[in-house]
Amino acid sequence: MSEPLQIVVCVKQVPDPESPPSSFTLDSSEMRVTCSGVPPVLSPFDENALELAIALKELHGAEVTIVSAGRGLSKAVLLKALAVGADKMLVVDDEVLTRDKVDSRQTALVLASAIRDNVEKYDLVLTGIQAADTNAGQVGHLLGCMLGIPVLSLVRKAELSDGAIRVERVLPDGYEVMEAGLPVLLTVSHEVGELRYPSLVAIKGAKGLPQTTVSLADLGVDLGSEKSVDLVSLELPDRERRCQMVEADEPELAGAALAAKLVEDKKLTGFVH
Amino acid sequence: MANESGILILGEVDDSGKLASSTRALCGLAHGLAASLGAEVSAALLGSGVRNAAEELAACGPARVFLAEDEKLSVYNPGIHLPLIKSLCKSEGPRVVLVAHSTMGQDLAPRLSYEIGGGVVTDCVGISVDGSALKCSKPIYGGNVIAGYSATVAPLVITVRSGVGDAPAPGAHPAGIVEALGAEVPSAASAQVTERIKETGEEIGLEEAPAVVSGGRGIGGPEGFSELSKLAGVLGGAVGASRPPVDSGWVPSTSQVGITGKIISPELYVAVAISGSSQHLSGMADSRTVVAINNDPDAYIFKVSDYGVVGDWRSVLPAFTEKLAGLLKGGEQQ
Repeated sequence: MSEPLQIVVCVKQVPDPESPPSSFTLDSSEMRVTCSGVPPVLSPFDENALELAIALKELHGAEVTIVSAGRGLSKAVLLKALAVGADKMLVVDDEVLTRDKVDSRQTALVLASAIRDNVEKYDLVLTGIQAADTNAGQVGHLLGCMLGIPVLSLVRKAELSDGAIRVERVLPDGYEVMEAGLPVLLTVSHEVGELRYPSLVAIKGAKGLPQTTVSLADLGVDLGSEKSVDLVSLELPDRERRCQMVEADEPELAGAALAAKLVEDKKLTGFVH
Repeated sequence: MANESGILILGEVDDSGKLASSTRALCGLAHGLAASLGAEVSAALLGSGVRNAAEELAACGPARVFLAEDEKLSVYNPGIHLPLIKSLCKSEGPRVVLVAHSTMGQDLAPRLSYEIGGGVVTDCVGISVDGSALKCSKPIYGGNVIAGYSATVAPLVITVRSGVGDAPAPGAHPAGIVEALGAEVPSAASAQVTERIKETGEEIGLEEAPAVVSGGRGIGGPEGFSELSKLAGVLGGAVGASRPPVDSGWVPSTSQVGITGKIISPELYVAVAISGSSQHLSGMADSRTVVAINNDPDAYIFKVSDYGVVGDWRSVLPAFTEKLAGLLKGGEQQ
């Protein structure tokens, strides 16, 4: 019997991106985004990555390790992630890892060190395609580069067979198929499916699963000279417009009036046949 | 000779083998930066049968266009493309590398930054020069915040969002010279592209469409989208969707507009039964004219729209489409 497949899933906690725009405010002196009252959640694409890991585990059997790095991470969010069917968790908790204060290269370096030090062997490393806070889409690629394994990005489907992987990558007008050997890193898109909900029993049970917390000192990582970009300004976008409401006694009349209004205001000059 | 203040554009071709419009836009952007930085603009184009596109690129004004043509370059594969671009960056030493925030750019930029020991900022919507420092603006937190980044290392690799930058007018800059990218094409890569499948039909793509008619959760099912298609047909546009219809399988995922889908800026955006989550707004907020139809007068979408109708879309939309069809046909008599 061969060793079980080893899957590492990197997840990030972010302020819930579905919160209304008004919940995102700025602390420009500290150069960070404050999200008071916004609960932390797993970044949505990281949830998709975790779902893919669990789905592959169901098909092939695997040991799934969740890795997360940050400061003051919500235990409840981590436990829920563990409870969907993962086997163990590795958390890097360090003051230095405050949100908005580290760049993608530093984050990737932390994850790479944590994985190298604590995960004996890995066949698959999964990340989301980008985090909901930084929207950068860099950590997966950088982590793969640092681990020295191929990176397949924008993955919407993955199939394993005989130590190789076949993935579908999202293209603007369809998809492409790529094949590679293991180990490999995939950055995962939402098409793989939404993360399943853990049962209450599973959440309780997850408390007993192996969980390790390490600091940057434990990993021997010094991020001092690793920063490659600085956050130098923060602004709130001005998206609001003055909306002219078109009204009429009947909805059909309002629809027709809307068309007339757009033509009258010359908003459709490029569309005349 | 190394050109330490240089700007290098990584070009792309579209499906028909012509120079991508995103690459033209990068040329416009690069010329603007070059004037402020005193930099020279060069470009690279990798592909198979792309000689004409390279000439088109040179006509956009980069002083030099480095061309690599090989069968193995016909489809983007980081394992093949990256070593060539890395080698070019090593020999040319640009300060800035510009690439579109395309499927290729998203994949290539972080890897390239790692390989050349530089920094990377993705999905930029603006690049400004302050003295000799570059500042890149990009939306974060799903577009709820715009962040400015400056690099602490060089080179800086920047991916630029679609719609940012204007193609230079023909003849605005002296045409450059096409020369061979003098590095050997790798014979093999660790991953292979084995198939490319198109999933959209012949209809116009969301990114190119002058008008986009999108539906949300309130459309209620796949059938309702045929009514949106009628309006899109009248406008010569495309049908889009917010995330719920995609997640429910009513429309293909290629239709999704938003931070997790496509980011577009058409002349006209019609949001039908869309409440206006911030993740959707991030995908369409730069549209020229935004029209919303929603039965909830408090829907956030009205705050970011130019025109709105409160009402059931099942009644409003067909009447809107019919009236519009008549007006646009008779437009010349107005």
